Amino acid sequence: MKSDAKKTTARVKGSTLVEMKGVKIEGYSDDKWHPIIKGINLTLKRGEVVGLIGESGAGKSTLGLAAMGYTKPGCRISGGSIHFDGKDLLAASREELRSLWGSRIAYVAQSASASFNPAHHLMDQVVESACNHGVMDREAAEKDARDLYKRLQLPNPDAIGERYPHQVSGGQLQRIMTAMAMSCRPDLIIFDEPTTALDVTTQVEVLAAMRRIVEEFDTAAIYITHDLAVVAQMAHRIMVLRYGNLVEENETRAMLKKPSQDYTKTLWAVRKLEKKESKGADIALSVQAVDASYSGMMKVLENVTVRLPRGRTVSVVGESGSGKSTLARAITGLLPISKGRIEFNGKVLPPRLQDRDRDTLRRIQMIYQSADTALNPRQTVRDIIGRPVEFYLSYTGAKKDRRIVELLEAIELTEDFIDRYPGELSGGQKQRISIARALAAEPELIICDEVTSALDQIVQEEILRLLMKLQKDNNLSYLFITHDIATVRAISDEIVVMYKGKVVQQGLKSEVLNPPYPPYTELLLSSVPQMDPDWLTKLLKSRAA
Amino acid sequence: MTTEHVDIRSIRSRRTWWQGTVRLLKSAPPTAIFGMAVIAFYFFCALFAPWIAPYSESEIVGKAYELPSAAHWFGLDQIGRDTLSRVIFGARNTIGIALLTVLISFSIGGSLGIYSAVTRGWLDTILSRFVDILMSIPVLIFALMLLAMAGKSIANLIFILAVLDSTRVFRLARNTALSVAVQDFVEAAKLRGEKLPWIVFREIVPNILPPLIAEFGLRFCFVFLTIAALSFLGVGIQPPTADWGSMVAESKTLITFGRPQPLIPAAAIALLTVAVNFVVDWFLHKTSGLRDEK
Repeated sequence: MKSDAKKTTARVKGSTLVEMKGVKIEGYSDDKWHPIIKGINLTLKRGEVVGLIGESGAGKSTLGLAAMGYTKPGCRISGGSIHFDGKDLLAASREELRSLWGSRIAYVAQSASASFNPAHHLMDQVVESACNHGVMDREAAEKDARDLYKRLQLPNPDAIGERYPHQVSGGQLQRIMTAMAMSCRPDLIIFDEPTTALDVTTQVEVLAAMRRIVEEFDTAAIYITHDLAVVAQMAHRIMVLRYGNLVEENETRAMLKKPSQDYTKTLWAVRKLEKKESKGADIALSVQAVDASYSGMMKVLENVTVRLPRGRTVSVVGESGSGKSTLARAITGLLPISKGRIEFNGKVLPPRLQDRDRDTLRRIQMIYQSADTALNPRQTVRDIIGRPVEFYLSYTGAKKDRRIVELLEAIELTEDFIDRYPGELSGGQKQRISIARALAAEPELIICDEVTSALDQIVQEEILRLLMKLQKDNNLSYLFITHDIATVRAISDEIVVMYKGKVVQQGLKSEVLNPPYPPYTELLLSSVPQMDPDWLTKLLKSRAA
Repeated sequence: MTTEHVDIRSIRSRRTWWQGTVRLLKSAPPTAIFGMAVIAFYFFCALFAPWIAPYSESEIVGKAYELPSAAHWFGLDQIGRDTLSRVIFGARNTIGIALLTVLISFSIGGSLGIYSAVTRGWLDTILSRFVDILMSIPVLIFALMLLAMAGKSIANLIFILAVLDSTRVFRLARNTALSVAVQDFVEAAKLRGEKLPWIVFREIVPNILPPLIAEFGLRFCFVFLTIAALSFLGVGIQPPTADWGSMVAESKTLITFGRPQPLIPAAAIALLTVAVNFVVDWFLHKTSGLRDEK
């Protein structure tokens, strides 16, 4: 009875639900405990949504998890207090915490596809916590789940629960995960980057659904993200974290209008970078009516025509599955084209990688999205950058080392880095090394596949700036594949919009980003979140109309 | 999103190879140190057997089944040979043969496994299915059958065990290599125009070495256990060559008279197995990236 009475007090809107005082968290590495969170206060009222933002490593996920009394393995809470609905979570036993988790506190992870068990029906997984915690019996829970699916605007809400996780799309899965979190009507939900892995057009739907359901049930939420525009739509209040400290905290509107700290201002100010577009006449690469398919089955590219002028940047935008990465694979020869032709410097490129000579290979280089997998973890920077120098240009010994140092300087690193392994570099530095490796071949064309999407905003800006400088110095042509419109705005001369393996539109930046839009371009552009807290509301209204 | 901020981290000073080794050994747990000491001792005995052992392995120095004495610490065996000397020589034979077998099985299984992983296609399918068939037959029984067919010689023993064992190595090498071969840096090497040897030895092998080395240790244990078992059954190493398995077999009846003699070679087998496992455990823990929290 006592806990019931407590629960009702928590249900009163405006009462304090979570109170964290002076929380300190440490993580264990290199035989030492390092501080991750250095004493942060966080108060959350019932029905309130707090946004935690910051770069990677700022401690936002760690703090969010601590609000449920949990730390990742290898971390410990070393100070402060955490109260949830009056209960001291640090003093609570594992059993007590377990009974809270899932029923009164729920967690929505970034990657829904990695969080669902692929071997069970979705419905089994959604109702599991409600049944286990004894909130409802199985039948009531299923009925309730179908109701939640409807509220989350999932297609075919009565039958979708019978599917397996791989049979629904990423955006749908993320909404089903939200339904799972809501199944016990928790008092608190922690959203940990729930839309980061989604396409912008899908993100809009998921954001709208999550916001509606949180409002409807008057649930308190902690929303963790690195995307300011997203947090502006979701949160009542924003906390900016950096290196485990709280930089600034304020109401969303006030914070967006007038950030007080310098760091917050720099976060707000990014993406001032904008390249002046210019039209090029000398075509370096020309993709002409190209078809490509995987193992002869479905066509992933259909009648694709793209022209890339020398010394310019052409951005290829589109959602996942639109064929933009396949286009890169077709150009590099990894996926031989089945129809059409690709001309480079006026000469037809052999479709197969094996048929291209070394000099052709040298002229077309590629930079990957994730520098973690693009750099061999067992090779030093010297090996990584030195190999193309040696392989294409036959430099050896001191001459090769001099060239490596030159390249390191070109990417704004010092020669101290020459003996480091990728594991000893930050994300931005790794991406710079990837760029240096491409540059080492002295190429004419570089294909950049989502090169900035795994990086923090400030680092993205630096990388884009570097790429532009290198383009100017070396007259490089870039084929820039991305789903991020802000990046496109910053770096491109021309834009190609792709949808389902076809080119929807190619033109100068000013043409594509300004009306009149073809329908798909309009959908894509309007789905990009803006820094205006009313953006989502307005967009939904205009789309409903 | 949880990676540490490395931008602000100071540059780590490079250690020399020797400093690194000393540091590594200092951080080793007692079990691993014990394991390494035991293995070193065994190898020492194996290498210097003729100088350490008081008598030669086939020399008859007294009456059969003589009790332990100051001259013969572990007593004498069924035809009057010194047990201690035979245990020491046994290390040389058992370890030498096991090591050679594992080396051969790793060269066969490892190279084929990595090659199938990199090239894929029909060769991979054929090899994998063939390995599945071989693995469905119990090793000991299969080895007994093949040895009966081919004849009992040490060369046959090594070759048959190496081939049978290479199936396990093939699977491990193929699977680990496959997970590396799909990474972007391998694709980058292909795009650069690198040939197969570079891709295999420079890009893939360094990344799959830790599990392979650990497997080498474990395989070594299994192989010399199999050799001991085969010798016990009489088809392994043939007399008068000293070998722990056959020594247990030869003196096994003594146990009914309360004499500990058969336990001595058995203990030698057990101790080495445990020691290798201790070291492999530690090595796997070191290279798996698991945190060792206190």
